[in-house]
Amino acid sequence: MSQDTLFDKVWDLHKVSSLPGGSDQIFIGLHLIHEVTSPQAFGALKDKNLKVKFPDRTVATVDHIVPTDNQSRPFKDNLAEQMIETLENNCLEHKIRFFNIGSGNQGIVHVVAPELGLTQPGMTIACGDSHTSTHGAFGSIAFGIGTSQVRDVLATQTIAMNKLKVRQIWCENQLSNGVYAKDLVLHIINKLGVKAGVGFAYEFAGPAISELSMEERMTICNMSIEGGARCGYINPDEKTFSYIKNKLCAPKNEHWEKALTWWKSLKSNEDSIYDDVIKIDASKIEPTVTWGITPGQSIGINQQIPLLDELSLNDKLLAEEAFEYMSFKPGQSIKDIPVEVCFIGSCTNGRISDLRIAAKVLKDKKVSKNVKAFVVPGSEKVANEAKQEGLDQIFKDSGFQWREPGCSMCLAMNSDKLIGNQVSASSSNRNFKGRQGSPSGRTLLMSPAMVAAAAINGKVSDVREFIN
Amino acid sequence: MKSEFNPPIGKITQINGQCISLIGNDIDTDRIIPARFLKCVDFDSLGESVFEDDRETLKGKHPFDLEENKNATILIVNSNFGCGSSREHAPQALMRWGIKAIIGESFADIFYSNCIAIGIPCFTLPRKSIQEIQKNKDNKFLLLEIDLKNSLAKSKDLILSLEIKETSRKMFLSGEWDATSTLLENESLIEKKYNDLPYLEFNSYLL
Repeated sequence: MSQDTLFDKVWDLHKVSSLPGGSDQIFIGLHLIHEVTSPQAFGALKDKNLKVKFPDRTVATVDHIVPTDNQSRPFKDNLAEQMIETLENNCLEHKIRFFNIGSGNQGIVHVVAPELGLTQPGMTIACGDSHTSTHGAFGSIAFGIGTSQVRDVLATQTIAMNKLKVRQIWCENQLSNGVYAKDLVLHIINKLGVKAGVGFAYEFAGPAISELSMEERMTICNMSIEGGARCGYINPDEKTFSYIKNKLCAPKNEHWEKALTWWKSLKSNEDSIYDDVIKIDASKIEPTVTWGITPGQSIGINQQIPLLDELSLNDKLLAEEAFEYMSFKPGQSIKDIPVEVCFIGSCTNGRISDLRIAAKVLKDKKVSKNVKAFVVPGSEKVANEAKQEGLDQIFKDSGFQWREPGCSMCLAMNSDKLIGNQVSASSSNRNFKGRQGSPSGRTLLMSPAMVAAAAINGKVSDVREFIN
Repeated sequence: MKSEFNPPIGKITQINGQCISLIGNDIDTDRIIPARFLKCVDFDSLGESVFEDDRETLKGKHPFDLEENKNATILIVNSNFGCGSSREHAPQALMRWGIKAIIGESFADIFYSNCIAIGIPCFTLPRKSIQEIQKNKDNKFLLLEIDLKNSLAKSKDLILSLEIKETSRKMFLSGEWDATSTLLENESLIEKKYNDLPYLEFNSYLL
């Protein structure tokens, strides 16, 4: 059993009680809500005649269903309009702070909370969204919950949960040029498998992790869940503190010094005990692309899609299913596979640094005429910052469509969808069957830089040929 | 889909019913309920859309469309079932189609907690046992009696020793799986925690 890790410290601090069944009652320091997984939770509160216990600990925004072309109200999609109205009414009724469209702070919930300084080290953070693990980048313990647990957090600010085990993923050496956090996390998921993290929190550590910016760290923690780990985190350091400083909701004045002292005490002790430790050599990783129907089915850009004989019996079945769905052949190179749609955005890679990297690749280049390409900033703040830097113009000049913030084609709950069996190069997090809105649509996950390269060439390409 | 839906309430000690097998590892919640069906403010109509795209692809041959499975209540799955999105709509859709318990090789964490929270016990069995059940040609007629007290599943010629997290088993037996009221019993402890946490004062100006 783990001891003295950040996870242990934060868990113990937030433990309210041991429940009769044996699980722990854990206090949730920050609760984030959005329009998709909260309406039924508010409905259940009403049915049970309960109030929101601490409205100041819940913050709302709208992201999943918002259109990215025309955001004027009412939305064209009646169901989407009904969902945003329900959220507006629930927030109003229960006095919950809501960052609505046009507030300057709306966006994907996992982009918004960090950029507002809401996400801080040592907190427990829950949200009805599996990518809540993103916030672990700050040394918080953050995890996705379902709607019944959203109800529990609203009513009690606590949930019942079994303590997770802790696996440290030690990333040695440094990523090479043209290889990004997305490549690292795809590589980790490939090596460990998509279910290795079940029952675990992942602590990402080592020189390659320390070197990453806060936004890159968010990309890593964001995809913990794709490796099965509900929670992923990184010990906070000077980069964490300076990212938070001066943000809207960051501690101010005398509170800042107090916070800093406390945050510094949180990191895993040098002699902490882990349930498991895994080592990864970051220097050996290439730009990485998925070829299948789970985020674990990925290869380096210069590799071939595996032959069935190279796979374990278990992986073989899923590979066969993937070959059939994707219409790819074992042994085929991933490089040069034609793509029809290119999507840059999502809670994984829709932040300002992602847009900067993609824009750098796209500057003075044109998107292939066979490709529909669009970029969806992760938040209104990201969009505004990008505009100030002229990135929107670089995207538009290259042939990318510049859209309004939201989750968009990561899960295609709005009108941004693949059509038929189109192949998309996507900076998002899931390549599940049908994920991007068409039951036969095909998704290749990669870094935003690699999406930009694919857009220019109209096929999967090595971004290092553009930047070196 | 069954005509009338009654959500489970109170103690869950026994589940009897017909099994339905769904073969495949890593079946994610996007497949269980595609995202377009999440555009709703209640869960009521999700049952009919469960596995919509997979069913469409198989044109009537999906296990959830076969006539002989229409009364099934116990779902038999492989490993990492329910991975991906945290959408509770996935177990809600299964439950509203008629599923009352799931037996599998393994479950994704969030899906598992969602099932427990809405009263669907999830049990595990070793791969071999699952594959035995799924291979059985008469599977469509496999009727199981699940006894939560003893973690056993029995059919007329089969006794299976099921694994379930002890915390979950106890919650079902005591009826405390619907956690809100149990959590609320500790209201004074919750308030104490709220007052004692070192960081709430750092951002008390949030509102």
